[in-house]
Amino acid sequence: MQAIDAAIEVDALTMRYGDRLIQRDLSFTVARGDIFIIMGGSGCGKSTLLRHLIGLQEPAAGRVRFAGRDLWHSDEATRNAIQRRCGVLFQSGALWSSLTLIENIMLPMKRIGGFDDALARELAEVKLALVGLAGFAEFYPSEISGGMKKRAALARAMALDPDILFFDEPSAGLDPLSSAHLDELILELRASLGATIVVVTHELPSIFAIGNNAVFLDADSRTMIATGDPKILAESGPDTVRAFLSRGKTT
Amino acid sequence: MTATAAALSYRQTPERTTCLLAGDWRADARQPETAPPSWQAGTALDFDCSALGEWDSSLLARVLQIAGAAGAAGCQVDLAGLPGGLARLVRLAAAVPRREQPVPVHENGVLDHVGRVALAIWSRIPQTLAFVGELSRSLARLAGGKAGFQRADLLLFLEDAGPRALPIVSLISFLVGTILAYMGAAQLAMFGAQIYIANLVGVGMVREIAALMTGIILAGRTGAAYAAQLGTMQVNEEIDALRTFGLPASDFLVLPRFLALVAMAPLLTLYAGLVGIVAGMLIATTVFDVGAYAYYTQTLQALSLTHIAVGLIKGTVYGALVAVAGCLCGMRCGRSAQAVGEATTAAVVLGILLITVSASLLTILFQRLGI
Ligand SMILES: Nc1ncnc2c1ncn2[C@@H]1O[C@H](COP(=O)(O)OP(=O)(O)O)[C@@H](O)[C@H]1O
Ligand SMILES: [Mg+2]
Repeated sequence: MQAIDAAIEVDALTMRYGDRLIQRDLSFTVARGDIFIIMGGSGCGKSTLLRHLIGLQEPAAGRVRFAGRDLWHSDEATRNAIQRRCGVLFQSGALWSSLTLIENIMLPMKRIGGFDDALARELAEVKLALVGLAGFAEFYPSEISGGMKKRAALARAMALDPDILFFDEPSAGLDPLSSAHLDELILELRASLGATIVVVTHELPSIFAIGNNAVFLDADSRTMIATGDPKILAESGPDTVRAFLSRGKTT
Repeated sequence: MTATAAALSYRQTPERTTCLLAGDWRADARQPETAPPSWQAGTALDFDCSALGEWDSSLLARVLQIAGAAGAAGCQVDLAGLPGGLARLVRLAAAVPRREQPVPVHENGVLDHVGRVALAIWSRIPQTLAFVGELSRSLARLAGGKAGFQRADLLLFLEDAGPRALPIVSLISFLVGTILAYMGAAQLAMFGAQIYIANLVGVGMVREIAALMTGIILAGRTGAAYAAQLGTMQVNEEIDALRTFGLPASDFLVLPRFLALVAMAPLLTLYAGLVGIVAGMLIATTVFDVGAYAYYTQTLQALSLTHIAVGLIKGTVYGALVAVAGCLCGMRCGRSAQAVGEATTAAVVLGILLITVSASLLTILFQRLGI
C-alpha cells in the first residue's frame, strides 16, 4: 500500500459502548481524493465509526492514522492538529443554537483560524453562498428548515478549508432534489478543493453517484464484510452487500 | 350486528390436527382459554375458519402462538384455511427469524440498585475532577486574557442570572424577613425587648439567610437552566461540534455561565438582605410598636462590615457551587430527551446539597476564626 496516498488508515479497529460490542476488526484505507462511503443498515454503527474517525470516541482496540499520524496514540496537540484539518457535518447539523448562521461559521475562523472579524465575515458570506444560503446570514438555526440547517452545517464544516470532510447522512430528511443538489455539491467540493470526503449514507443514488470507495458494516456479524468501489460491490460483492445495494432485488 | 363470542376448539385425527376458529375475535372481548393439544412431530396442523366472524390482532397473536408451538414441535403447519389477510400477516410475522442477541440487563433488586448507585457515584469522581480541572484551566486562560467565549453570551447570562431573578428573590426574602421578625418578636416581647428584632433580622438575614435563600433560588432557577441548556446542546451534538474544531467547551460554555453566577450571587445576596431588613422593619413598626427610626439605628448598630463580608463570601461560594453543579450535570448529560430531564433534576439536587454542606463548613470555619 502506498502510504503516501493514504488519507486515513483504519487498522483492526474495535468499537464498544461499555461492554456492548458495536463493531470489531475494521480495517480499511481511505485514499487522498476519495469519496469514501460508510454504509450498512440502521444501528450497525456507522455514526459510531465516524465518531472514532474524528476523535470524539476512543477505540476499544486498533488504530486510526491520518497521513501516517496516529490519532489516538499521540499527544493532545497532535490530535488537535489532525482535527483542525477535518471538517464534520453531524447527522443533526449540530449548529450552535445561540449563534446566527454567519456567527456559526465565523467562530472557528476567528478562534482557530485567527482571522479578524471583517475577513471572517467576508469568507463566511462566501461559504454561505456556496451552499445556497446567501441572505440567511443573520438567521438563527431555530429559524430555518432542516435541509437548510444541513447546508449551513456544511458551510461551517468547510469554514477552515479542511483537507478531509466527514458527512453523517447528509441527505437524510432532504427531498430528492435537494439531496441530488447536495451530491453535486460534494462532487464539486472534491473537484475544487481537492478534499477527501467520507460520507455515511444509505441513499443508493448518492452511493453510486459520488462514491468511489466504500466499506460495508454488518449488524449481525458486527464487523465489516466488504470494502471497495460500490459499483463493483454491487456486481460481485458478498450477498448481503449486493442485496443492500439493489434494495433486496438480487436473486 | 351483535358480536358472537370467540371460540377455539381442536379436531384431531392421528395424522392431522384441525384448529377450529369461530365467532368474533376482538382484543377487548374475552378470549377462549382452550388448552392446545400436545403436538406430535410429523403430523400436520391446519385451520378451519368457516365459522369465523370479525377478527383483529388478538386472533393473529393466538394463531402465531399455536402455529409457533406446533412448528417448534415438528408439525407441518398449513395456513391455507386462514382468511387471506390473516395468513399473510402470519407469514410476515414469521418471515424474519427472531434474532438472539444479548438483552441489556435491567435488574431491579434493592442490593442491585444500591450497587449500581455506588458504582455510578464512584465512576463520576474522575469525571467531576476532570470537569473542575477544565474549569480551572479556563479560568487560568481567562486570567491570561486568552479565554475565548463570546462577550455577548456573558451579558445574556448576567442579565438572566441577576435582574431577572429579582422578583422571586424579593418575594422570598420579604417573606423570610417577616417570618424572622414574628419569630423573634414572640420571644423578645416577653422581656419587652422588641427593639432587638432589628438585631435578629439584620444579622440573621445579612450574615446567613440572604445568601442561603439566594443560593437555593439560583439552584432552582439558574442551575437547572444551565443543565438543561448544556444537556440539550449535548443531545444536538453541538458540544461534539465544538470539540471537533478544537474549541474548548469549558471556555465557551461553562466559563461565561460560571462568571455570571459568581458575579451576580453576591449582588443578589446583598439585595436579599436589604429586602429582609425592610420586611422586618415593617412588621416591627406596624405590629410590635417599634419606632421606624429606632429600628433603623438599631440595625445600623447591629450590623458590622464583618457580617456583610461574611454574607457576601457565602453568597459568592453558593453561586459558584450552583454554577458548577448545573454545568457539570449538563456536560455529562446523555444523548436523549430523558437524559436532559435527569440532568436538570440532578443539577438542582446537587446544587442544594453542595450549598447545605458548604454552609455548615463555612459557619464552622468562621466560628473557629472568631469572625
Ligand atoms: N451513547 C451510546 N451509548 C450506548 N449505545 C449507543 C450509544 N450511541 C449509540 N449506541 C448504539 O450503538 C449502535 C450503533 O449506533 P450508531 O452508530 O448511531 O448507528 P448508525 O449506523 O445508525 O449510525 C446502536 O445500536 C445504538 O443503539
Ligand atoms: Mg447514524
